[in-house]
Amino acid sequence: MSDAIDISGAAATAGGEADGFEPRITAFVCNWCTYTGADLAGTSRLHMASNVRIIRLPCTGRIDPLFIIKAFERGADGVIVSGCHPADCHYASGNYHARRRFAVFHGIMELIGVDPRRMTFSWVSASEGAKWRDVVDEAVTNVRALGPFDAYRALAPKDAGVAAPAGPSAAAASASAGAKAEAS
Amino acid sequence: MNELRELACTLLTDSTVHVIIGWEDARRGARPAFITDPADTDRLIFDTRCVHDLVTYLDPRRDNVAELGRIGLVVKGCDAKAVAGLLREAQLTRDDIVLIGVRCGGVLEEAELPQAAPLTPENVAPRCYGCDNREPALVDHLLGEAQPEPPRPIMTIDERVAALDAQPLEERWAFWTEQFGKCVRCYACRQVCPLCVCERCVAEKTRPRWIEASAHPRGNMSWNITRALHLAGRCVGCGECERFCPVGIPLSLVNRKLQQIVGERYGYTVSDDPENAAPIGDYRLDDKQEFIK
Repeated sequence: MSDAIDISGAAATAGGEADGFEPRITAFVCNWCTYTGADLAGTSRLHMASNVRIIRLPCTGRIDPLFIIKAFERGADGVIVSGCHPADCHYASGNYHARRRFAVFHGIMELIGVDPRRMTFSWVSASEGAKWRDVVDEAVTNVRALGPFDAYRALAPKDAGVAAPAGPSAAAASASAGAKAEAS
Repeated sequence: MNELRELACTLLTDSTVHVIIGWEDARRGARPAFITDPADTDRLIFDTRCVHDLVTYLDPRRDNVAELGRIGLVVKGCDAKAVAGLLREAQLTRDDIVLIGVRCGGVLEEAELPQAAPLTPENVAPRCYGCDNREPALVDHLLGEAQPEPPRPIMTIDERVAALDAQPLEERWAFWTEQFGKCVRCYACRQVCPLCVCERCVAEKTRPRWIEASAHPRGNMSWNITRALHLAGRCVGCGECERFCPVGIPLSLVNRKLQQIVGERYGYTVSDDPENAAPIGDYRLDDKQEFIK
């Protein structure tokens, strides 16, 4: 990965509360439905948790499961994958392919022991700003209850740790490094 | 066995094929053999030690094999499924190869034995239990006599997967991080896999570097999940990845879990029928989506 792209959503926690755990959630959304739906949620001034960093892709069919693994590697505590409802795909069948791929991915992550509540999959259309808010709030609540994903962070090579975000969010990185030390 | 040797001799003599890939007896047990001279065909064997999935040599990118000429390949039922996989993905043309099928009653877990041993629950390869393709249909020639069903291993792969599934998440995580933690990233699993045929593996991509290359737990996790996912709905369960793994990661358990998922969700069973579309890359409008909000 180019370091220019912060896939972990780490910056979202920069303004987080100093005392409590603020989940970092990375959302992979499709350009045509969920991104527009999230935009609608914003322009409608809906209140929702601010822990989600959105990465916009052309289609859910473009989302390789490796993106999710990479998000966990870079310190995400949870992920959201969201796109067009079945029959609504801008490219006709991208979401159908994604549905099968994520069913398999979901199964293997469960086998390996990743809590399925860390991964939220949803269909949110361009008109469903309120549904996006609900998806985000529920994902944040779930991940907050589960706590930081220290188990994945503990896999990091001993000298590297979580990729340190530049600038003001460095504090968040050192906070998570502290959490890692506790875990190990 | 004479039947096999005679057929191989005929095929080589009349130049139907230029090389027969089968098994031979060697000092350390059965091993793959490349026979190009009709006089050498009496080296060919088939017994319970012939565990190797020789289909891996059909990978079009193995040019040292391709340059030997037209291939005649000896296949068991499970191997024929791998050939069907390559045909399905247009990696092979059926007319370019001659398939010699052997009726199979199961193989041993271990190829390196001085003599063939009768199968017992202790020594049988677990994947052979419940095999549905002991007489491959895809072949040009089918040899040997009807074989009895292989014995039930002490613990079947399905039972091992179920035992793992029954454990709490934390214990599964601990199990797999320990297993994947052993990985030395030799990529033997990939090299031996008959269906890992990408021109360039994502593990070798450096711009961007998706999968960390050094052998540490984080990169190993990423590699092992990716390897399994890329074989979802394609893996034929030949078990070669696990047999070749120098550190003994139980890769069959991951592979079987994926087979179970595509079986339960999409009604897909791996077969040696190349017309049977693979589940990933295909879809139905009414696929189950209970995990999606």
